[in-house]
Amino acid sequence: MLKKNGMYKMSQINPMAEPAKILDARRLLCPMPVIRIQKQMKELQAGDILKVFCTDPGTLQDIPTWCRMYGHDILNTEESATEIIFFIQKSLA
Amino acid sequence: MIQTTEHKQRKAVSLISGGLDSMLATKAMLDQSIHVEGLNFYTGFCHSGHTSAIRNNRKAKPKRNDALWVAEQLGIKLHIIDIVDDYKDIVINPQYGYGKNLNPCLDCKVFMVKQAKDWMLENDFDFIITGEVIGQRPKSQRKIFMPIVAKKSGADDRLLRPLCAKNLEPTLPEREGWVDRDKLFDFSGRSRKPQFAMAKEHGIEDFAQPAGGCCVLTDANYTKKLYDLWEARGNRNYELDDIILLKIGRHIRPQEHYKLIIGREEGENNFLEGYRYAYTNMRSISHNSPLALIDGEVTAEEIAYCARIVARFTDGKHADNVTMQITSPSTGEWQLNVKPLAETDVKKEWYV
Ligand code: SF4
Repeated sequence: MLKKNGMYKMSQINPMAEPAKILDARRLLCPMPVIRIQKQMKELQAGDILKVFCTDPGTLQDIPTWCRMYGHDILNTEESATEIIFFIQKSLA
Repeated sequence: MIQTTEHKQRKAVSLISGGLDSMLATKAMLDQSIHVEGLNFYTGFCHSGHTSAIRNNRKAKPKRNDALWVAEQLGIKLHIIDIVDDYKDIVINPQYGYGKNLNPCLDCKVFMVKQAKDWMLENDFDFIITGEVIGQRPKSQRKIFMPIVAKKSGADDRLLRPLCAKNLEPTLPEREGWVDRDKLFDFSGRSRKPQFAMAKEHGIEDFAQPAGGCCVLTDANYTKKLYDLWEARGNRNYELDDIILLKIGRHIRPQEHYKLIIGREEGENNFLEGYRYAYTNMRSISHNSPLALIDGEVTAEEIAYCARIVARFTDGKHADNVTMQITSPSTGEWQLNVKPLAETDVKKEWYV
């Protein structure tokens, strides 16, 4: 359902939707994963989901900080012993 | 009749290092209702709390990128720009030479302000601010160098240093009344007391204070490793992975044409895992063991010798026999049973 201004409300976005793009930021130390996400986001449409693979534990701080700054939503974060996966939804604004 | 004066919202781009000075300089502009956005340049040499986060493994207190954190505290947007490739020439051939270690601070400042000027023009901003303070750092922030940075970068009088502006000639934003010069500052010298007082006034309690400078090129140990890399390769070129790996692990060079990078902790071993596809690497499968990469072209005999060195850093260092698993990106996997080198045979001068 569309809101009046043509925007979807957050709750109307399916968090399990397929990512529009997958970004491999493994082995990169911060801020490189953020730089790569920054670049990738410019090519995505509002509401698209970017799935990002990281290995630097610093991304657990920096990616959410950067997302808050630009209004992007982190839908989910999966952590294993060696990898962190972020599902980021591009800001609808 | 009511007269209205149209005020154009002036916009400044701030060089955010993540330290206190650029934070305060930005705050001073925000307090004058200037729209500010931050630029942070990633050279590959930037101090990263994350390297220590890797060392101290995942249970460690989470580390942050200071520039991002500062920007969020200030409520401004931060643009992080990858200048790794273009920066090489600054590190390799600095026109104004190096500081105490391999830090080309003056060239670096000129380069970054020039990048900021280009960004300012592309994004229709009005001026550039930095957190520089006259005399704060021995070389790059001496008063005579301030005009050099402004001129060589092409920023000229659109470069404003709010923390020491009153000690310098008025810049365009001051002359045009975009900012009120009376509300700027006259900090100078090495003392950080005025900055701490200003931070306190603004309720800023948490800030990064890197010793010596804003990147690892001011660090003597790091510089030693970079020299070693250049000497071993016979040229001064480097790739991002090279300079990142200099921040991680023990570096041991038994011979000029190869060195070992041995993880010191679980976090580092995990990080080195990511490089196994590119480097011949090894770890023990019979004892608790770090992961080690070999950087350089090596013969089978030299790999066997490396295995004895790495075995020395496993829990089997006193055992007669340690089984090492070797993986080479080109020749696959195999195992070697080795006797660890005696402690005295791992020579002190091998440590880079
Ligand atoms: S300390 Fe490093 S980043 Fe800072 S000015 Fe010097 S060379 Fe540039």
